[in-house]
This record gives sequence, C-alpha cells and structure tokens, in this order.
Amino acid sequence: MNGPWWATLRRELTLIWRSPADMVQPLFFFMVVVSLFPLGLSPKPELLALVAPGVVWVAALLAVMLSLDGLFRRDQESGALDQMLTAPVVSVLPVSAKLLAHWLLTGLPLALLAPLLGYMMQLPVPALATLTYSVLLGTPTLTVIGAIGAALTVGLNRGGILLALLILPLYVPVLVFGAGVVRAAVDGSPTQGLLAVLGALLALALSLGPLAVAMGLRISAGD
Amino acid sequence: MSCDSLRLTVRQLQCERDERVLFRDLAFQASAGEIWQITGANGAGKTTLLRILVGLHGFYEGEVRWHSPLAPDLLYLGHQPGVREELTARENLRFSAALNNQPGDVDAALDAVDLYGFEDVPAAHLSAGQKRRVALARLWLAPKKVWILDEPYTAIDQNGVARLDQRIRDAAGNGTLVLYTSHHRVGDDVRRLHLGAEAPA
Repeated sequence: MNGPWWATLRRELTLIWRSPADMVQPLFFFMVVVSLFPLGLSPKPELLALVAPGVVWVAALLAVMLSLDGLFRRDQESGALDQMLTAPVVSVLPVSAKLLAHWLLTGLPLALLAPLLGYMMQLPVPALATLTYSVLLGTPTLTVIGAIGAALTVGLNRGGILLALLILPLYVPVLVFGAGVVRAAVDGSPTQGLLAVLGALLALALSLGPLAVAMGLRISAGD
Repeated sequence: MSCDSLRLTVRQLQCERDERVLFRDLAFQASAGEIWQITGANGAGKTTLLRILVGLHGFYEGEVRWHSPLAPDLLYLGHQPGVREELTARENLRFSAALNNQPGDVDAALDAVDLYGFEDVPAAHLSAGQKRRVALARLWLAPKKVWILDEPYTAIDQNGVARLDQRIRDAAGNGTLVLYTSHHRVGDDVRRLHLGAEAPA
C-alpha cells in the first residue's frame, strides 16, 4: 500500500480534500447550467424532455473541462511535477493515479448528480438509469482526453483557451454517443450498442491516454 | 563497490535558448564520490544544465552519458522545492519518499533539517527556508547514487548550511556523485565547473 501509485492516489485525494472549492466548482457549474435551461427556454415538459439529453451532456462536458485547467498547474508551479518526472518509476504510474483521483472527485459526482438533473428536465424515469450509465462511462474518457490537453498546455500562461481548442474536437464523439444513448432510451430504442461504443471509447482512452499524458508532461517540462 | 563504476560523461554539449547560446563545447567527466560545484552568472544556464543531466530538458546538442550498470539512481532537487502548500511537511516528504522509492525514517529526516515540531504544519504556514528544508530532508532518507541539487542553499540559515555541507561531504565519502549549483563552496576538494558568458550567436 506504500508504492508510488498508492502514494500518489492518497496524495491527490488529500490535496482535493484540503481545497474542496476545486471539486465543488464543476458540480455547482453543472447544476446551475442545467437548471437555467427551464427558465430560459420554457417550462413545457415535452420541450424540456426533448432537449434534456443534450443539455445535461453538454453541461457535464463543460464541467469536466472547467476542472482540468488546474490538474497539473499547481504541481508544475511548485516543482512537484519535475519530481514526478525524475522519479525512478515510469511516469505513467503517478499520472494514472492522478487521473483516477480526478475522476473520483469530479466525474463520479457528476454521474451521481445527473439523474437528479435529468428528472428535473422531465426525462422519463426509465431513461434516468441510462443517463447515469452514459455519464459514468463517458466522464473517465473526458478526464483522460482533457488531461492530454492539460499536460501539453501546463507551461503556458494562459493555457485555458488553447486547452479548450485542443480538446473540444476530441470530446465530440463522447458527446454524440453520450447524448445519443439517452435519446435512444427516451424513444424506447435499444441502448446497449451505443453504451458499448462509449465503453470502447473509454477502453481506448484508458489504454493510450495515460501514456500520452506522461509524454505531454515531458514535452512541457522540457521547454 | 558497484557505485565505483558510475561515471557521467558530457561531451561537446551545447544548448541554445531563445536564440542565445547558453553554453557551447561543454565537456567534463564526473565519477562516483566527487562533488561538483557549477557556477556562473545569473542566466548562464546552470539550471538548464542540471535539467539536461536529469533528462527533463531534451533540446540540446552533444552527448550526455551515464555509465552505470542500471539507469542512474538519482535524486534531483529542482529550483522550486516541489512542496505542495496544502500538505503538511510530513505528507510532502512521505510522498516524495514513496515516489522515489526512498525508504527511511521520515520523522528523523525532518528532525535532521530542524523541522522537529513542524511535521504536521501545512507547508503554506512554513517560511521559504523551511519549505526548502522539507525538500532537503530527502537527503537524509535512503542513499542515492547521484544527487543533483539546484541551489540547495537558497534561503537556508547558517546552521543549516553547515549541516548541509556535512551531509554532502558524508554522501560523497560513501560514493555518491553530487552536482550542485550555488556560489557556496562545500569544501576544498570540490571540483568547479564554470559556465562562462558566451558571445551572442
């Protein structure tokens, strides 16, 4: 339990626990954005149910992106990132622990909140489970892809906009299939196929993503 | 002793930064048990040289070779202490010990750098010198074959300087190769590498 991977995971969880604002901010954003839609559009249940899959998914995606800018920044400023890259372990180890901690404290709470907001948006109750599954399967992919962008932009002063430009195109497949599977559930069509595609995206992100993040950090550190 | 075979060879090293040549034709050979002091004016490329040696900076020409049976078992303390302010001194040190596979008594190491009683204080409440000491405490954990220290004496008081001098000499006596940047001289037998100002390219 005291290997580099566990030590990093424990450190990351402690760090986020000590500054809870970083964790609460994306969740708050998620809730506020979704709850503004009924006010701005119209409270008609049919209309809300129609737009709900897209609204909840776009809000979740932006919430994840909002949380990414700080993923490596403070470690870079304090010099801790250099320590991780010069440690005698493959950098994928601490990086993957960091990504897991990030997902546990942003993606997972988002997935738990999603059915509540879906219900508020008049989604039929049977579709709420599918919404939760899709967010559960989709957010880890968003975390990993976003971390690649965060790793490449960590050395830049105003990396936020560049980060969005880099990763938003890569987020499109997750958004399309994530919102698509919820819409299928609303229509009563089968959802397993689309969930499987989300799972495949996740498998791809998990297998290659941490390597790419580690490489990106190395490139940023070398500059 | 196996660490006798450890050698570092640098040949014709050249590094440019922002169209400016930091150093050119830099060559030296260092081996286990030696202490190297790297000096030079501000901006002469001392930090960059150390980052090249530990593999963090890849944009250079020339050759940097570690002759050692395995990948060099090195300890790098960078310009920034690498201490996160939200964590306590003990948590910071325990993390770097685990990350660097450096077993040892964390509390004793903190004690050795005069941080007794500050173990559970979040690093945000420590002074600059104390933060540097949290990072330096790693030198008192399990030994490494190479120490690469970037300005280890920054913000350290007189008492701490003497103790750090002693620690570096002891480590070199046990076969550790120490390279550090500072204007402070650890002892008389220290080899010096001066990075001179280069003419503009």
